[in-house]
Amino acid sequence: MERISLDQVRHVARLARLALSDDELATLAVELSALLDHVDSVRRLETADVPPTAHPLPLSNVLRADEPRPCLDREVVLAAAPAVEDHRFQVPAILGEDR
Amino acid sequence: MTAASGPAAAGELLDAGTAAVAAAVRAGEITATEVLEEALERVRRHEESLHCFNLVMADEAARAAEAVDTAVAAGRDPGRLAGVPVALKDNLCTNGIPTTCSSKILEGWRPPYDATVVTRLREAGAIAIGKTNLDEFAMGSSTENSAFGPTHNPWDLSRVPGGSSGGTSAAVAAGLVPVGLGSDTGGSIRQPASLCGVVGIKPTYGLVSRYGLIAFASSLDQIGTFAPRVADAALALEVIAGHDPADSTSFDRPAPSLLESLGAGVEGVRIGVIDDFLDDVAPSSAKAADDAAEALASAGAKVERVSIPEMLLGLPAYYIIAPAEASSNLARYDGVRYGLRVDGPDVETMNARTRAAGFGREVRRRVMIGTYALSAGYYDAYYGQAQRARTLVIRAFAAAYERFDVLLSPTTPSAAFAFGAKTENPIEMYLSDLCTIPSDLSGDPAVSVPFALDPDGLPVGVQVLAPALGEPLMLQVAAAVEAAAPPSVRGPVTPGGHHG
Repeated sequence: MERISLDQVRHVARLARLALSDDELATLAVELSALLDHVDSVRRLETADVPPTAHPLPLSNVLRADEPRPCLDREVVLAAAPAVEDHRFQVPAILGEDR
Repeated sequence: MTAASGPAAAGELLDAGTAAVAAAVRAGEITATEVLEEALERVRRHEESLHCFNLVMADEAARAAEAVDTAVAAGRDPGRLAGVPVALKDNLCTNGIPTTCSSKILEGWRPPYDATVVTRLREAGAIAIGKTNLDEFAMGSSTENSAFGPTHNPWDLSRVPGGSSGGTSAAVAAGLVPVGLGSDTGGSIRQPASLCGVVGIKPTYGLVSRYGLIAFASSLDQIGTFAPRVADAALALEVIAGHDPADSTSFDRPAPSLLESLGAGVEGVRIGVIDDFLDDVAPSSAKAADDAAEALASAGAKVERVSIPEMLLGLPAYYIIAPAEASSNLARYDGVRYGLRVDGPDVETMNARTRAAGFGREVRRRVMIGTYALSAGYYDAYYGQAQRARTLVIRAFAAAYERFDVLLSPTTPSAAFAFGAKTENPIEMYLSDLCTIPSDLSGDPAVSVPFALDPDGLPVGVQVLAPALGEPLMLQVAAAVEAAAPPSVRGPVTPGGHHG
């Protein structure tokens, strides 16, 4: 059985930006291990000559003409924001240079 | 027909369905306002026991109905769906009207635009009466994952309506509205349709614009329709389908006609009955598919059994692909531009606290597994492999469609289950999607049609599957399946399970 360690879960939680308690992380380690076990058949498939499918439609580079168009009104958008300063989304300090 | 107008007439029309309502309103036989009043009265009567809606839009609906009535009075075309009350799954953006995905992280958020399907319904004169409950961010098969409480199955209030589009399915099944929209990523239209005794259509990927559908898994998500009968679900689908420049994944062609051939029958149609799920479904589900096959054979179809073992790859492949795509799509909920924010000393802490507080357990689970499957060192072993498994499923379907025009299977492994029955072990819940997932992976259309009742009197649906853009023939077969079933197997039902 594929087992995810608590350290791995902690790492994934950091990547996923989820602040979880140790209990929550421990439970997730168990649940995710069970799920990985369940999908293991896919991991073990013989697929040497099988190309991956990202998307059911054969689409690529769907573009439109490069012409300016009306877009969302800035004030309407900012009205939904948790914190606004000077017509911008305001957030707490980004981490300093040493991190 | 009894009274020409008033609540009784409105009620009869609502039960007669979408096309009947639109025809009566267009002909000036009844006003959109009267129809709306009856729909809202039904909502008032049953909403406490059902909890279909996160939000009832009484004022907006009244204004929309008034606009339709004004158009009719002035002799202008009020639209193909004039006066038809419609329920919208709460992951469809409605301009200025709260859209929550049944999540705390979007509680109270008002989108600054309408989803394209919402616009098309409105332009057709339909009256959006509310936003329906769903499993949070469309992740689930029972609507128990809603942050705002579950929806109850009108056939048995102690049971789930299915999910993730449980709110819409229950609202249609209870006759609160004659039609509704849901979304389907792994089965989230067809499974609740089956559990609630109504028709649910998942169209070909790309047929219906996803602009304004809050994304769960972008290569899988599709919007589709619910109604008690095939013809009405098909009508609504016709109205919302067709190219949208705002969705780069929408087919570059106009909406096809889905109604023309509905009544053409199944003479000579080659139908393959999929064998591969039978070990994993309840006897009544398997029997329903068999009985439907027999009925179609009697009606002139060429019916054979077919084994497509790759179908069984679908579930594990999906539970890598969908969470992986979800982990990317849900990264935007970070407390910066909209929705919930939980403060922190720095932005990363703020993001992490916000998301932990705003996302429920199932969403967190899927974001985590998706992040893991995409992370360095695991990407190819999981996501890469799952994409190759997807190719195998697509090829298997293509091979089957060389021999058959459509395929048939049970829609779900079982009828509606009790609350809490599958919440202990997430994987048990995931198995609900066994029969529906493969066509999400392939992007092909599929529809669930109510066909039987199980020994507990609960609805059992049968699934018709077709190749890409095969909706006209698929719905033609679906109509034949429907014709072979007694009316007692489908809604609307009065909540508590009394029919009629």
